[in-house]
Amino acid sequence: MTTIFGVPTQALFGQLLLGLINGSFYAILSLGLAIIFGLLNIINFAHGALYMMGAFVAWMLLTYLGLGYWWALGLAPLVVGLFGILLERFLIARLYKLDHLYGLLLTFGLALIIQGLFRNQYGVSGLPYAIPSELSGGQRLPFMFLPNYRAWVVVASLTVCLATWLVIEKTKLGAYLRAATENPTLVQAFGVNVPLFLTLTYGFGVALAGFAGVLAAPIYSVNPNMGADIIIVVFAVVVIGGMGSILGSVITGFALGLVEGLTKVFYPEASATVIFVIMVLVLLVKPAGLFGRTA
Amino acid sequence: MAEASRAFDPAPAGAPLLAVRGLEGWYGESHVLHGIDIDVRKGEVVTLLGRNGAGKTTTLRAIIGILSKRTGSITYEGVETIRMASRGIARLGLGYVPEERGIFSSLTVHENLMLPPRVKPGGMSVAEIHALFPNLKERAGSQGTKLSGGEQQMLAIGRILRTGAKLILLDEPTEGLAPVIVQQIGRTILKLKSEGYTIVLVEQNFRFAQTLADRHYVVEQGRVVDMIENSQLDANIDKLHAYLGV
Repeated sequence: MTTIFGVPTQALFGQLLLGLINGSFYAILSLGLAIIFGLLNIINFAHGALYMMGAFVAWMLLTYLGLGYWWALGLAPLVVGLFGILLERFLIARLYKLDHLYGLLLTFGLALIIQGLFRNQYGVSGLPYAIPSELSGGQRLPFMFLPNYRAWVVVASLTVCLATWLVIEKTKLGAYLRAATENPTLVQAFGVNVPLFLTLTYGFGVALAGFAGVLAAPIYSVNPNMGADIIIVVFAVVVIGGMGSILGSVITGFALGLVEGLTKVFYPEASATVIFVIMVLVLLVKPAGLFGRTA
Repeated sequence: MAEASRAFDPAPAGAPLLAVRGLEGWYGESHVLHGIDIDVRKGEVVTLLGRNGAGKTTTLRAIIGILSKRTGSITYEGVETIRMASRGIARLGLGYVPEERGIFSSLTVHENLMLPPRVKPGGMSVAEIHALFPNLKERAGSQGTKLSGGEQQMLAIGRILRTGAKLILLDEPTEGLAPVIVQQIGRTILKLKSEGYTIVLVEQNFRFAQTLADRHYVVEQGRVVDMIENSQLDANIDKLHAYLGV
């Protein structure tokens, strides 16, 4: 059997793939958090709950309406995004003049309520969601077996992250977003409807979380706690990448997924904590994060 | 404030494009404007003179609606704006060039130029703005804040000319700039005036203001205390020195 550093290649690539999958979710989720924090100055603790909601919407579409995975991939982000728009308009928008802490408390409370409602209705044991037939099976590569669905998750995540980045960096809409992130008062004084921008941005950011939830549904079981489990790691990713940095959050998301995977191979005991150790080190050396701008 | 105590007529003849009456304004709990009365007719260049902290910048911020806590009356083309949000006021055809210039660092020079939406027809084309400020064309792809101070000022003015705004609020456009750039900005203001733009200019340097303006309002402790026709400026130079403490 081939080995690298005394580790079977099969195990190494297997864990790297797992890391890449986790990284795909970290990247989409931290991208949404970064966009929302950049423009709204809200630390969106409800992000994990909305990711979970995306997975549940996919499950409900299938169970109650018979609409399959591909429908869910389009509809669930839309439903979660619209729900986010309502949250922003009626609750979060009232907090912009207050300290960050209030936004964090409000969204944390919302996360608890949303999770509680789903737990009450569906229990905590998790609901199965099948891999769509088009993506079942896998490829036998020379060094490992690659399940098709997992490859799809990585490609879909990369595509969505790249498309979001291109829209923000290269389009007129993105220029408004960047300018309003820097100086919303002045952008408003040019005649731009900034409050509408804030609402749509929050809706888009949480729609990304809903999209990630649909991607996750066939891999992890659909469970009211799935968001709470992942969101703490995602916040560490955002801190490492730098709050509000768009590209930084994507790169850091994938990179830390891989680091986590490698740790599982070489020192499994540390795999659950390695991201937090990196966070501490980054905060010590570069408090604004790897890609963050110092204020 | 009794009307009779005014030493000047705040409303000269001719229907004003912009009329400010009894404007008061607050930053949080701090009351900073105590009664500003200004009239600006179409095609005029009017300056606000006064010492640092007199309330000139705050007056511009109140007119464009950034100063949210304000009372009194501000009308533009007869439309009352005192309760409007800044985005609505801008849409009436007002363009704002802030003192700190407000160039966005995450946008290129070209993106900065294209950012403010068109609010009225008849704005300048990008080619016309480039003809006015050739530096902006050469540096179109640079990061906005990599420009020199003078170039940033040109960008801040240029991007407003694109929008079709006909009343331009210019806050200390020459502050901290080299004399040759100050002259270029002076020529630009005169050119805009000749094309029918109306300009409210906040300026510390009244010698510079004298070369451009039709009238000067003197602001002191949040009030307009005097109005001097440009032709009368030299005759009133001692009074002006007393106001400005120079």
